[in-house]
Amino acid sequence: MKLTLRIWRQDGPRDKGKFVAYPVDDVAEDMSFLEMLDVLNERLTLKGERPVAFDSDCREGICGACGFMVSGVAHGPQKLTTACQLFMRHFKDGETVVVEPFRARALPVLKDLIIDRSALDAIVQAGGFISARTGSAPEANAMLIAKPVADRSMDAAACIGCGACIAACPNASAMLFTAAKVSHLGLLPQGQPERRQRALRMVAKMNELGFGGCSNHGECEAACPKGISIDFIARLNRDYLSGSLFEKPEPLSSV
Amino acid sequence: MLAVLASYRTLLGKKGAMAITGAALFFFLIGHLLGNIQIFFGPEHLNNYAAFLKSTGEVLWLLRAGVLACFLLHIYSSLLVTVANQQARPQGYAAKRSLETSAAARTMIYTGSMVLLYVIYHLMMFTFLRTGPGYSPHDVYRNVVLSFQQPAISAVYIAAMLLLGAHLFHGAWSMAHTLGLSGPGYKPWRRMVGPAVAAAIVAGYISIPVAVLAGWVR
Amino acid sequence: MQLNSKVPSGPIQGKWEKHRFDMKLVNPANKRRYKVIIVGTGLAGASAGASLAQMGYEVDCFCFQDSARRAHSIAAQGGINAAKNYQNDGDSVYRLFYDTVKGGDFRAREANVYRLAEISASIIDQCVALGVPFAREYSGYLANRSFGGTQVSRTFYARGQTGQQLLLGAYSALSREVALGRAKVNTRSEMVDLVVQGGRARGIIVRDLVTGELTAHSADAVVLATGGYSNVFYLSTNAKGCNATAIWRAHRKGALFANPCFTQIHPTCIPVAGEHQSKLTLMSESLRNDGRIWVPKKKGDTRPAAQIPEAERDYYLERKYPAFGNLVPRDVASRNAKEVCDGGRGVGPGGLGVYLDFAEAIGRLGENVIRERYGNLFEMYDRITAEDPYRQPMRIYPAIHYAMGGLWVDYNLMSNLEGLHVVGEANFSDHGANRLGASALMQGLADGYFVLPYTIGDTLARVSPADRLKPDHPAFTEALDEAKERGRRLLGINGKRTVDSFHRELGKLLWDNCGMARSKESLTEALARIPQIREEFWANVKVPGGASELNQSLEQAGRVADFMELAELLCRDALTREESCGGHFRVEHQTEEGEAQRDDANFSHAAAWEFTGADTAPILHKEPLEFEYVHPAQRSYK
Repeated sequence: MKLTLRIWRQDGPRDKGKFVAYPVDDVAEDMSFLEMLDVLNERLTLKGERPVAFDSDCREGICGACGFMVSGVAHGPQKLTTACQLFMRHFKDGETVVVEPFRARALPVLKDLIIDRSALDAIVQAGGFISARTGSAPEANAMLIAKPVADRSMDAAACIGCGACIAACPNASAMLFTAAKVSHLGLLPQGQPERRQRALRMVAKMNELGFGGCSNHGECEAACPKGISIDFIARLNRDYLSGSLFEKPEPLSSV
Repeated sequence: MLAVLASYRTLLGKKGAMAITGAALFFFLIGHLLGNIQIFFGPEHLNNYAAFLKSTGEVLWLLRAGVLACFLLHIYSSLLVTVANQQARPQGYAAKRSLETSAAARTMIYTGSMVLLYVIYHLMMFTFLRTGPGYSPHDVYRNVVLSFQQPAISAVYIAAMLLLGAHLFHGAWSMAHTLGLSGPGYKPWRRMVGPAVAAAIVAGYISIPVAVLAGWVR
Repeated sequence: MQLNSKVPSGPIQGKWEKHRFDMKLVNPANKRRYKVIIVGTGLAGASAGASLAQMGYEVDCFCFQDSARRAHSIAAQGGINAAKNYQNDGDSVYRLFYDTVKGGDFRAREANVYRLAEISASIIDQCVALGVPFAREYSGYLANRSFGGTQVSRTFYARGQTGQQLLLGAYSALSREVALGRAKVNTRSEMVDLVVQGGRARGIIVRDLVTGELTAHSADAVVLATGGYSNVFYLSTNAKGCNATAIWRAHRKGALFANPCFTQIHPTCIPVAGEHQSKLTLMSESLRNDGRIWVPKKKGDTRPAAQIPEAERDYYLERKYPAFGNLVPRDVASRNAKEVCDGGRGVGPGGLGVYLDFAEAIGRLGENVIRERYGNLFEMYDRITAEDPYRQPMRIYPAIHYAMGGLWVDYNLMSNLEGLHVVGEANFSDHGANRLGASALMQGLADGYFVLPYTIGDTLARVSPADRLKPDHPAFTEALDEAKERGRRLLGINGKRTVDSFHRELGKLLWDNCGMARSKESLTEALARIPQIREEFWANVKVPGGASELNQSLEQAGRVADFMELAELLCRDALTREESCGGHFRVEHQTEEGEAQRDDANFSHAAAWEFTGADTAPILHKEPLEFEYVHPAQRSYK
């Protein structure tokens, strides 16, 4: 099939950037979206033009490296799917597809479709961990965790950190990402001692980085390739508000 | 306690403040509605209720001050949040499709602003008696009936209540969610109960001008 | 060169304990003065980074991805083994040790494997403490499953995302150290060279993938945790970015490369759909528990599966291996698939696929049970192929999956270069010629959490931080100039072929000639062809863009250039190893049953190759392997 791609081209962080249209004539149905871009890039290279820069790695939907907007939807029209697992059979012959990077002040464009997601690392560094020194762990089965609790924690832990939630949010908020991490750890007994401090620190960091606030639109959940529920946002809110009521924010300490 | 105030520095803290004040205003709306619909029990009933309210003196003023404070904090926070949200994405999308959100959710700041304008007008009319046709401070029933007999006043009122409905359509669920009163299995709440509560409140309010215009209450 | 494995003396059960006591310690007050560079942030790198930073060392981590959390460890689905014996089914440290040595076809170092088994239980404890949401029973205890054909249930798992969850655990621990200022993580930073001076690893040269800037980083020890080299085959189950540049550059600087021909093939991958295919997707091996593998009896039978009557189907694994049937080990299943496809009986596009049929299992157990067991895998298959495996059989084909070979290391996980440690898949140590399912995650975390943190102390205690070279030392400036020159050269060729086209050509050649079945003939041919491809690459590749910018073509070009050299060593090792063992199958060396035939008399050694130049033959060093505890025996699955 034939498609027209309108792709965002931007040379560097300070470049203004613009859309460029690329007709692609022989798109096979069983190509992934990224493989189609590979094919386009090979041609651009041979023509002496610059290939389109985009992030990808595992190409099986788990590493979270890929992701951009495909005609207005993060990772494209297929639900619960990352861009690398989006296959061309879901597009119509002759369609024009708009491809642009995830946009948020906290996730600036580096080049073309590549964005800088180090803000997500910074949020995790602020508190997205359980402080357990290597070697200090007790016997794993000494602590029982009810299956529904472990399963629920796993639901939150499934986040791949791709940033689609932020891209889809009308406010460019990182609440779902943060909530997933806070819930994953906060649901588990071993995550209890730091539960509220974790929420306080991560929310403060998220705020500092310039993400928007949550207006409970639910766009994040709809765009999430792992289907992470906004119920976890309510949980984060609970931890944060109760933390504000009952605890003083403490700086992170190595002891 | 200081930590609670410190949390206002974050957007989530501001949202918390909006949710708490929103919830207070929500309950005020319900209380106000319960007072208003006494109009259906006749002039005496409503006027006695109004007299009772006034007789509480300082308590009434405290309540009014509380509602005013909630209003101000709600509005102030919403402005800060809206500005921050807009700054969070300086460059928008060329194409963006919404998957889940509602028109009501996207227009909260507008419906809220319209309701605010209406509230000012509403206070001028019924509380300060500065506008409206020939009011008497002691006959609330007559004031209401006289006003709503004018189709223009009723129309404005009904329109304002529909905007309020849109605000509550998203707000009723949203404030519960922001306060963490949500979890697995709450999705029906979001889809059904929130809008249903909003609809009930709005229907209750609108029933009054409709009844007056229809001549059921005169 | 004499290879010293530094395996401690004494009975195997006490070696690690004894060694931990014998190793030198770094004074706690001095630790912060030592700086360690870690390249790669997968399971091994991130766990090592977190642990070393906690101990007080200054840790500087580098990864080419945009976040440490994205390393390819994340893609492991199945699980992680540990000798906990929670199922009371007779598992023990010794049994895990035994299974691993035997599974590796007697080409691993016993002492290393024993230590791995010994440590395995602590890994689970550590991961749980860090919040890894392992699967649980309703009782609240940890759940296990049996995996990869072992007879005990020792595999721990977190849905189909065990690798991701384990990595997030290590990554979060590392993130905490970053917040405390004890570790640094440099993302989008690719190591392009190792700096060696006076026989010691002194630091690395790094290219900032965003700005293109090359910088020198000096340290008291360098740890490579950069994963495997399966992408030398172009199509593999590895992530697109996985590459061998770090270990290959170290090899060029003197580190020995051991057993490069030990590559593992996974039998259940989704077949190639077309020329555009960029990678292969693995489907969990557990599918073979209920699926039946077959091809049509007739050559070139193009009827849809449903129209082929039972009598005209060949359930070849069940026919040839009645005892194990569809559950034969990975290499046996893979080779048989290749054999039937080479015989013209393959199914699907290009005839490169065999059926994995669930019709019988669905009939016997009901669709719901199958959905419960494999629902997510069926969904994944459907998403990629648009075929519904509940209605028609899956098509599968083997693909390259894991590299057992890697840089040679001693018992301390140190290469032959002083101060250069290699952990995880990047080293050669623990899996021998074949890795058991769910053992890669175990090894990565064992190395990072519990081996390296001790052994690196022994390395560091021998040097003084005062002797660390300044990054403007000639050893660094020379390496910087070399790296710059290499980039300039790649950009300056401006030929007519893309980087990927060379990579595809190299990969296909390797897959055909040095893949599932290797012969003297095929390897000799490959060894003749590879230098030609390499020569054409350096004369005719087209790398657009410049050096001082984000340039993915240039990144890829550098990696492919290194693969070109590695490919040659891989084939040479395969040619030299005149036996079949584990993932290395030489058609000349098979039993009458078609099984791999080892030659213990001549090849019971690790083959460690020394680089002498891109165009000159490498020198082979042999580390003899002795089996005091597990006695070599011929595998049989009949």
